[in-house]
Amino acid sequence: MIYLQLFLSFLQIGAFSFGGGYAAMPLIQSQIVTHHKWLSMTEFTDLITISQMTPGPIAVNSATFVGIKIAGIPGALVATAGCILPSCIMITLIAKFYLKYRKMTVLQGVLNSLRPAVVAMVAAAGISILQSAFWGGNSSINLASTRWSLILIFGICIVLLQKFRMNPIWVMILAGVMKVTASLIGGGL
Amino acid sequence: MKTKKNILLQLFISTLYLSAFTFGGGYVIVTLMKKKFVDEYHWIENDEMLDLIAIAQSAPGAIAVNGAAVVGYKLAGTAGTITTIIATIIPPFVVISAISVFYTAFRDNAMISLMLEGMQAGVGAVIASVVYEMARGIVQGHSKSSNLIMIGAFIAAFLLNVNVVYVVLACILIGILRTWFEMEGRKR
Repeated sequence: MIYLQLFLSFLQIGAFSFGGGYAAMPLIQSQIVTHHKWLSMTEFTDLITISQMTPGPIAVNSATFVGIKIAGIPGALVATAGCILPSCIMITLIAKFYLKYRKMTVLQGVLNSLRPAVVAMVAAAGISILQSAFWGGNSSINLASTRWSLILIFGICIVLLQKFRMNPIWVMILAGVMKVTASLIGGGL
Repeated sequence: MKTKKNILLQLFISTLYLSAFTFGGGYVIVTLMKKKFVDEYHWIENDEMLDLIAIAQSAPGAIAVNGAAVVGYKLAGTAGTITTIIATIIPPFVVISAISVFYTAFRDNAMISLMLEGMQAGVGAVIASVVYEMARGIVQGHSKSSNLIMIGAFIAAFLLNVNVVYVVLACILIGILRTWFEMEGRKR
C-alpha cells in the first residue's frame, strides 16, 4: 500500500526532525534514499538544490516531490499531510501547555542535547551530497572517477560564502554557471 | 470588533503571502511573521512572539510550519492553526508540483544537467558553511557533554549508519536525564 508507506515515512520525518532548516535533511535522506529507494542520491541532491530556490521548508518540498513521483498528486497530498501532522499535534499541545505554565526547563534541556546531534547529522548528510557530486552516483571513490572541476567549484563557493558572505542562492546559481562554462571551454557538452 | 471569520480570512491571506515569498529557511518566515503580526497588526505582544518562536523551534517539524501553526493557535485556536498551516503549504506545494512534472525533461537536457551538477557542488558548499557556523557555536559553548554528543552523533550517523531516528530519541533521553540531574543538584 504505497499511500500508507508514503504517509508513514513522512510522518516520521515530521515527528523526528528538530531544529528546522537542514535538520530534516538527514532524516529525509535515510527514509527516501536509503530505506525506500524512492529517489537516487543524485535526485535527492537535485531536490535539496531546488528546495533552496523555491519557497517552503525542505520537508514539505520533499513530500510534494517524492509523493508526485511515486503516486501522483494524491501521493503528494498524503505525504504532505503526514509531514505536517506531528507539527499540528505537538504545537497545539505545547501552545496549550505554554499558555498555562510559560516555563519549560525540561524542554530547554532536551533542546540543548539535540542541537549538537543535529549539527553532526547535517554534517553527515552534507558529506554524502558532496560524495555524490564529486564522484557521481556510484559509491566507489577513486582518482579516475573524480570530477576535479566540481571540487574546484566547491572551493570557490566556500570562499564566496565564508569570505565574501555572498547570498547562498546566488552562490548555488553561480556554481551551476561555472560548471556549464567549464564544459563549454573544455569543448564537451 | 472584528468577527472571527474576518480574522481567519486575514490570517489566511497574510500567511499565504508570507509563505510564497519566503526563500531560504524557516527563520526568515518567522521574522516576517513578527513584522506583520506584531509590528503591523499589533495582534501579538513582542515578548509573547519570542516565546511563540521558541515553541516553534522546540516542536518537531519545519520551523515555518510550526511558526505559522503557533501564531494561528494564539490568534484563533485550532481553527487558526488549520488556517495558517494550509496557507503555509499551498505555495510550496504548487511550485514543487509544477517543477516535478518537468523534472525528467529538465534533467535530460544536457545544459541543465550540467547546471544542476555544478549546483550540487554549490549546495554542498552551502551546507558545509552552515555546518561550520553551527559547529563553531556548539564548540564555543564550552560544554563537554555537548561536544561529546556532537562527536558521538556523527560517528553513529555517518560511520555506523545508525538510523537518525534512534539518534534523535537517544538525545531526547539524554536531555531529560541531564535536566533532571541538574534540577536535583540545585535542590541540594
